[in-house]
Amino acid sequence: MAATTTPVPTGRDGPGLRAAVNARRRGAPVLSLLALVVGAAAALPLTYLVIRSSEIGLGRSLEIATSERALNLLVDTTLLAVAVTGFSILLAVPLAWLTVRTDLPGRRTWVVLTALPLTIPTYVGGYAFIAAIGPRGFAQGWLEPLGVDEIPSIYGFWGACLVLTLFSYPYVLLTTRAAMRRIDPSLEEASRMLGRGRLETFIRVVLPQLRPSITAGGLLVALYTLSDFGAVSLLRFDSFTRVIFVQYRASLDRSTAAVYGLMLVVLTLAVLAVVQRTRGREQIHRLHAGGSRTANVVSLGRWRWPAFAACSFLVLIALVIPLAVIVYWLQRGIDAGEPLRLTTDLVVNSLWASLLGALFAVIAAWPVAALSVRHPGRLSRLVEGMSWSGYALPGVVVALSLVFFGARVATPFYQTMALLTFAYVVLFLPQAIGAIRSSMLQVTPSVEEASRLLGASPFMTFRRIVLPLTRPGVSAGGALVFLTAMKELPATLLLAPTGYDTLSTQVYNATVEAFFARAAAPALALVALSALPMAFIVAREGREAGGATRSRTSPSAASAAEGEGAGPAQPPRVKATVGAADGVTAT
Amino acid sequence: MSRLIKVLSALMLLALVAAACGDDDDGASSTPTPTGTAVANPSPTGTATGNGGDDVSDVAEGTVVVYSGRSEELVGPILERFTEETGIEVAVRYGDTAEMAATILEEGGNSPADVYFGQDAGALGALAAEGRLTTLPDEILDEVPVALRSVDGQWVGISGRARVVVYNTDLLDESDLPDSILDFTDPEWDGRIGWAPTNGSFQAFVTALRVLEGEDGARDWLEGIRDNGATEYPNNTTVVEAVAAGEVDVGFVNHYYLYRFLAEDPDYPAANKFYSDGDPGALINVAGAGIVDSSDEPELAETLISFLLGEEAQTYFATETFEIPLAAGVEPAEELPDVNSLTVPDIDLAQLEDLAGTLELLFDLGIL
Repeated sequence: MAATTTPVPTGRDGPGLRAAVNARRRGAPVLSLLALVVGAAAALPLTYLVIRSSEIGLGRSLEIATSERALNLLVDTTLLAVAVTGFSILLAVPLAWLTVRTDLPGRRTWVVLTALPLTIPTYVGGYAFIAAIGPRGFAQGWLEPLGVDEIPSIYGFWGACLVLTLFSYPYVLLTTRAAMRRIDPSLEEASRMLGRGRLETFIRVVLPQLRPSITAGGLLVALYTLSDFGAVSLLRFDSFTRVIFVQYRASLDRSTAAVYGLMLVVLTLAVLAVVQRTRGREQIHRLHAGGSRTANVVSLGRWRWPAFAACSFLVLIALVIPLAVIVYWLQRGIDAGEPLRLTTDLVVNSLWASLLGALFAVIAAWPVAALSVRHPGRLSRLVEGMSWSGYALPGVVVALSLVFFGARVATPFYQTMALLTFAYVVLFLPQAIGAIRSSMLQVTPSVEEASRLLGASPFMTFRRIVLPLTRPGVSAGGALVFLTAMKELPATLLLAPTGYDTLSTQVYNATVEAFFARAAAPALALVALSALPMAFIVAREGREAGGATRSRTSPSAASAAEGEGAGPAQPPRVKATVGAADGVTAT
Repeated sequence: MSRLIKVLSALMLLALVAAACGDDDDGASSTPTPTGTAVANPSPTGTATGNGGDDVSDVAEGTVVVYSGRSEELVGPILERFTEETGIEVAVRYGDTAEMAATILEEGGNSPADVYFGQDAGALGALAAEGRLTTLPDEILDEVPVALRSVDGQWVGISGRARVVVYNTDLLDESDLPDSILDFTDPEWDGRIGWAPTNGSFQAFVTALRVLEGEDGARDWLEGIRDNGATEYPNNTTVVEAVAAGEVDVGFVNHYYLYRFLAEDPDYPAANKFYSDGDPGALINVAGAGIVDSSDEPELAETLISFLLGEEAQTYFATETFEIPLAAGVEPAEELPDVNSLTVPDIDLAQLEDLAGTLELLFDLGIL
């Protein structure tokens, strides 16, 4: 840790504890202001919706919002979000446990493979799924000789639910897995010693500690479901997103679409309110972040191979089938003499735009996360709500709202990378906030206070204490935004500089006219490049867990017992805390 | 309200400045084609790049900005040809027809667009109705029949797209199909129809039906098809796929989607039934273009639209995208019936602008 080597200048005559606490309080207005700026920027789409719906007047707006159709939409969309979130949690939590805590064969490989479905855009995955297991799809063809004439239809609620679950459960998986690695095993051991069974211990002791992380991931899934267009349109399920799109497409009726958009925002805020209620005491059990060592590996015994089979099955349907369909399209295209249509321009453009989006999303997320962790209250709830509103809205609504403000107000930035970057920030900010927030929860405020007490300036404290301690969250959040931005479509189409083609716009251009063969190469590249940040997240998980150096040199032999067993190795976080504090006291 | 906008925009500007700082540092150097004015539609295959030098003598000033609701796959090559021949750069923004039209509306007077190129008369009509398209000169309008352009001359059809019934050739012969699209309400078609009610062309067809058969006639037909358990698909492409897969026997689509599947697989088990004799099923909708009122290059825009109606472009649409050429006496592709043999229903495409009424009807019947 570089932090330990340079001594920190004191600069001031030792202020007392009271002064330090006051200083922290004084920092709050600046923090609040910054967070408010971010929140207001993120709430621009909301403003646009209000402007558009006010065009038809409150009466007509209410009439639309309370129509039978709108209420049905509200119920259906809510049900879908609840179902997808529920299934994602049911899938992700056991999977996290299997890959973190057990002797599942090939554990490290599963860590990577089970996270990768997140890299497949739903508009590609949905198509691939219909081709594979739709009526008379590939699967039907294979099963026909066996006498299966008809497989259950994948269209409608359950199909949309299935596809959305398969391509978004990794949000929960990633957050839960990270939390599971940090759990202090002594509580669990105490519970076991007191005679509780393994399952009861898990439910009564482990699960409550995981709850904030599961909630954070579940929230991302729920709101992603509300805003997704690819899966619901392909699988013919009427959610708000789809109906909003129909309004635009069919009549350019922006006002009615805006009313539906506002209902969606209200739904988002309701979800957030529920989540914030459950947050309650989350900071308490995080005070001992990281614990002193990692837990022992659970031996699965005779369940080892069934668990292996279950993981294989999941990866087969969520990763192998979609990729196989794309490769099949690619093969068909090559046979037909199609050019591959994959240029370095496309790759560089995609990477560059996503990188900018990730960078600025992380920067913008800081004040919001810090406010919500350090100064929870009405203001922080308001700011968080504003920041989340863009995430749950369909991309086309956010994009059109930025077209509106961009072309009318921020004219010099319109159709520049600046506005596209801004759009990505508005769309994906919550992913960065969530990740940074959970990292920040683990830093006890007393460390910061100690630093201030010993005379370090707020900036110094941030740079030397807070930033190093929350770096895992920052990089995880950045990586999530990066890979979501890679897949993003409507905002990229409407806001990128004219002629700025990315992989996702190329996939769109080809699939919209059903040239699947031509879409295949960019689609594969999209998945491959999104896998990079995913590998990064997963690699970081490994480092965080302790025995990373060893496991990296012999990944296959990373048999849990050696790699992550209870050793003397302290998690780096604890070291950093001690080190940084040392740095301060040293002077 | 305006004060609210001002405050919010100030906040947005602040955030944008932050974003721009990062952009300025390396944006220009490390992004290949970041500026809108740079390249005409950078071809993924990189074909047309070497020709710039030959045309130096007749390079015209300026760039024409096209907002295209037609995909790059379909119109990219012909726009590249335009640049090669005239030296006029074309900057194209591709997207969905409705999204692109909505974009122009949201941009207001600051729209960078010079030309809007949309794939149905409805979206063109909506832009015209909002006063966002200028009146085209007569020499452009006169290239196409009166029925295939805006009555007020604000947009002009570039290529035709016929409504057809696509059917599975393993399950049906053409003779099994009824003589009018109106007869698909017959119970014998129960569970055998696929359609895409959210599709713009379908809605244009319903609007035509309202004009030709009256509100009640249109309602009866829609109810009949709905009650026959028509399966809903997201777009024409998926309808054609579903028909070929035998998921449904017939589908209501535009004619040209099928030929792309046939091009990839000559044994593709589907065929088009073209209706005629003024049947509502014989509607021809158009993809068309207009000049945006805020354009600062209206002359270049006119040059482009004239080019799209010229022989080369019309031949391109006939042979490459399998659409129906509308101007310059170009024959349609041989797979298509002669355009003159199709008796188009007696309807003014401008009458298809009442999409709101159609939408209301579709909502009312629970179809949308």
